Amino acid sequence: MTDRPFGASLKRVEDARLITGNGRYTNNLYQPGMLHLAVVRSPYAHARILSIDTAEAAGMPGVMGVFTGQELRDAGFGGIPCAWVVPDSDTKTPEHPPIAVDTVRYVGDAVAIVVAETEQQARDATYAVDVDYDVLDAVTDGRGATADGAPQLHDDVENNLCFHWTVSGGDIDAAFAAADVVVTETIINQRLIPVAMEPRAALARWDVAMEELTLWVTSQNPHIARFLLSLDTGIPEHKIRVIAPDVGGGFGSKIAHYPEDSMVIFASQKTGRPVKWNESRSENFLATTHGRDHHQEVEMAATSDGKILGLRAKVWANLGAYLSTASTGVPTILHGLMLSGAYTLPAVHEDVYGVFTNTTPVDAYRGAGRPEATFMVERMMDLVAQKIGMDPVEVRRKNLIPPFTEGHEVITGLVYDTGNYEPALDLAMEMVDYPALRKRQAQLREQGRYIGIGVVTYTEICGLGPSEVAGAVGFGGGLWESAIVRFHPSGKVNVMVGVSPHGQGEGTTFAQIVGDQLGLPVGDVEIIYGDTDLTPMGWGTYGSRTTPVASGAIMGAIAKIKDKGVKIAAHLLEASTEDIEFADGKFSVKGSRDKSMTIQDIALAANTAWDMPQGVEPGLEASAFFNPSNFVYPFGTHIAVVEVDPETGEIELQRYAAVDDCGPIINPMIVEGQIHGGIVQGVGQALWEEAGYDEKGSLVTGTLMDYAIPKAESFPSFELGKTETPTPVNPLGVKGVGETGTIASTPTVYNAVMDALLPFGVKTIDMPMTPERVWRAIRDAEGGH
Amino acid sequence: MKVSITVNGAPHEADIEPRRLLVDFLRDDLGLKGTNIGCDTSQCGACTVHVNGRPVKSCTILAVQADDASVTTIEGLSGNGQLHPMQEAFREMHGLQCGFCTSGMIMAAVKLVEDGGDLSELGIRHGLEGNLCRCTGYENIVRSIQHVVREMAAHAPLEGDEAMEHHRTLREAEEMAGRRQS
Repeated sequence: MTDRPFGASLKRVEDARLITGNGRYTNNLYQPGMLHLAVVRSPYAHARILSIDTAEAAGMPGVMGVFTGQELRDAGFGGIPCAWVVPDSDTKTPEHPPIAVDTVRYVGDAVAIVVAETEQQARDATYAVDVDYDVLDAVTDGRGATADGAPQLHDDVENNLCFHWTVSGGDIDAAFAAADVVVTETIINQRLIPVAMEPRAALARWDVAMEELTLWVTSQNPHIARFLLSLDTGIPEHKIRVIAPDVGGGFGSKIAHYPEDSMVIFASQKTGRPVKWNESRSENFLATTHGRDHHQEVEMAATSDGKILGLRAKVWANLGAYLSTASTGVPTILHGLMLSGAYTLPAVHEDVYGVFTNTTPVDAYRGAGRPEATFMVERMMDLVAQKIGMDPVEVRRKNLIPPFTEGHEVITGLVYDTGNYEPALDLAMEMVDYPALRKRQAQLREQGRYIGIGVVTYTEICGLGPSEVAGAVGFGGGLWESAIVRFHPSGKVNVMVGVSPHGQGEGTTFAQIVGDQLGLPVGDVEIIYGDTDLTPMGWGTYGSRTTPVASGAIMGAIAKIKDKGVKIAAHLLEASTEDIEFADGKFSVKGSRDKSMTIQDIALAANTAWDMPQGVEPGLEASAFFNPSNFVYPFGTHIAVVEVDPETGEIELQRYAAVDDCGPIINPMIVEGQIHGGIVQGVGQALWEEAGYDEKGSLVTGTLMDYAIPKAESFPSFELGKTETPTPVNPLGVKGVGETGTIASTPTVYNAVMDALLPFGVKTIDMPMTPERVWRAIRDAEGGH
Repeated sequence: MKVSITVNGAPHEADIEPRRLLVDFLRDDLGLKGTNIGCDTSQCGACTVHVNGRPVKSCTILAVQADDASVTTIEGLSGNGQLHPMQEAFREMHGLQCGFCTSGMIMAAVKLVEDGGDLSELGIRHGLEGNLCRCTGYENIVRSIQHVVREMAAHAPLEGDEAMEHHRTLREAEEMAGRRQS
């Protein structure tokens, strides 16, 4: 054991304010003179707007103004930009006005806004806005929307086809020709609703005299928000300050630049007063991006002894009515390039069709593309195992990529950083005593009880990523990070970072890194994030990139601080720089430990600058930028044990073991928390969660009464294990862990349920595997009665 | 309507719209922003406060229904600069991430433990039925509450069946804590 803060489960610095009700969430903020904005939303999935009568609403108590899309357009507010256009895919980017002008394209599309003295007055007045619609036919199904004769959303997008993208590698036809077995499956990776516990909110303050904007907003990436806002509002970027205060979870749904950002800015400019919009949960279901929604037709070719030969798929990815900020990248780059999974795959071909439908826009949701890839691969592995009568673990073991440390190129063209998959598999099997479980399964089956075991060996791409790759794949920004480490005269430290954590705890883990590297008490280091005026440029918190990428920038700044400290110490201790060594927060002269200065001494000396070495600037502050050389690829094995009651279709999740490899762990407590949360969210997809639309395009799961997010009572306590394979991609060797749980747990639990149902001959069940669906599947397989 | 509501020990007289929810009265009229609003259908529990000693989702009742009542919010849970043991436990056991559900979760958990009942792991999980969290997967929330149960047991020797029950609860909590180390 050591006392080093790196690797210690230190309690979080974020918690003091959050456990006492002092969280600074956007909707808790107030500005003098603040008005409130409410949005009139379309009740129709597809309609032409014939007229909007705002007169009655405008006369209601407290109302300061009612505005339409045309007024925003006239004021120079442009369409909401899509920030990711994948090359070689012929992507169409139809205009997305912040408030609909002629046509509404999904239930919840904004039609008008009301600004009033109180939130209640603003909401009341929305009901008095009279909109006359000509209702059009709607289409909500991604595959169906491409059919001839389907309702058309955008004039310039034929058959609603936004893009067609392919990934191809190896000789796929030869692979299938050589196969002993081919398994096929239709997978509906259903639409999910992120439901961060904090709905969105935005508060704009337009300073008329200075022509400056401050926007407080529930964002995962305030710097991206500022950049995009400067494009569509016309306010120059240097005149915009975006602040993401405490943000109550995001899971991808707070990456996008949203129409409401533009609305509050417009309203603040129009009224000359600060304006806040706060999303209700019901609005959140309609107006905040959804996730997943793939229709996948998949085939896998294999030999009779379990070698995988090829994977071929067609995917219809439902993008919703408009392109959200990152939406086209999710079903392509983040999905299609991960089809090799943790396996040696000789050939792959996938066609992805991105499709517009009359539904809420779809964008990143925890895992973003990788869950859709991992589920596909891991489901097909189990089908191969079944077909050839081999244990699913053995099929996986036969195909796992052997250990590599120098990079490994897979058939999709990605080069994985490091991998050593089998030890994670072995550990997970040992944790659950896999052979004993199989024995018990057989015994219980004889008693008419059905337990199932699901095993998934995954890897995933995160730590986004090299900026050159971002450019090459059409992402409209960079993916590097920056940090400033600033010593104050007293030896206390502020670290400013461009990422913007919102629950992941980097306010603590980053302080641990700095404390560890510079020999400082962790409490002497404060991390500042979430404010574009206070922090240097950064691309935000998503894609499990915050720790692997931003830590590289912090380490770069730390190296500069150490270098400067050595120069100052050498000067003040009258030694040469070569003779100064730094350890445990002290600069010492080699061989004479009594001649030393603490880093706090150096901070004071540098900040007073009474006696600096020749040519060295005052101050002890350094800034660094870090552009990683590759993505990182955490991996692991998850195992679930379920019991299914065939009489009721109910599923009990009895055990869940997860072995994850995210490299060296800075704070085990926080890493475990990320894994717990990820597992539960992924199990939610397997068993309960689904966004549903009726034939007219109304969201029928539009409240928490209808959309089932996981509850505490549905889970056992999790069993976690780890292996530790550092990545060479960043100085600390760390890999992201925010999404691994979600990526692995959906297929793990799904496969476990299907394993339990093998004796009944059930071939497939659509997610979520509700008791009704399970019960019906059993009945249907038994021939129905 | 005129109401008189005691909040965190301080009496408040107010003239409020009959349709005003208790949570809006707390947040917007009294400025007690520690109670968050996570939904509009009374599912999420983020707005849980204590009304006359009972846990109540403050979005489910009108402020006028709290006339003459005594309300405790997260801001009133700790006193004299001392955190409530449940607050301490949530920090100790990492029972929160983004923190948005936390006020309600802590207020519900305090009553769950105070009310006694089944404080086994499963009992706690069932007891949290009315509170949603999207970050933690509940694991460390359960551990936080078990931590408080353990601390309480350590300070209050019990006898007979009650002792047996607590013994079982403690053993479970320790097993969970042990599993975490693996």
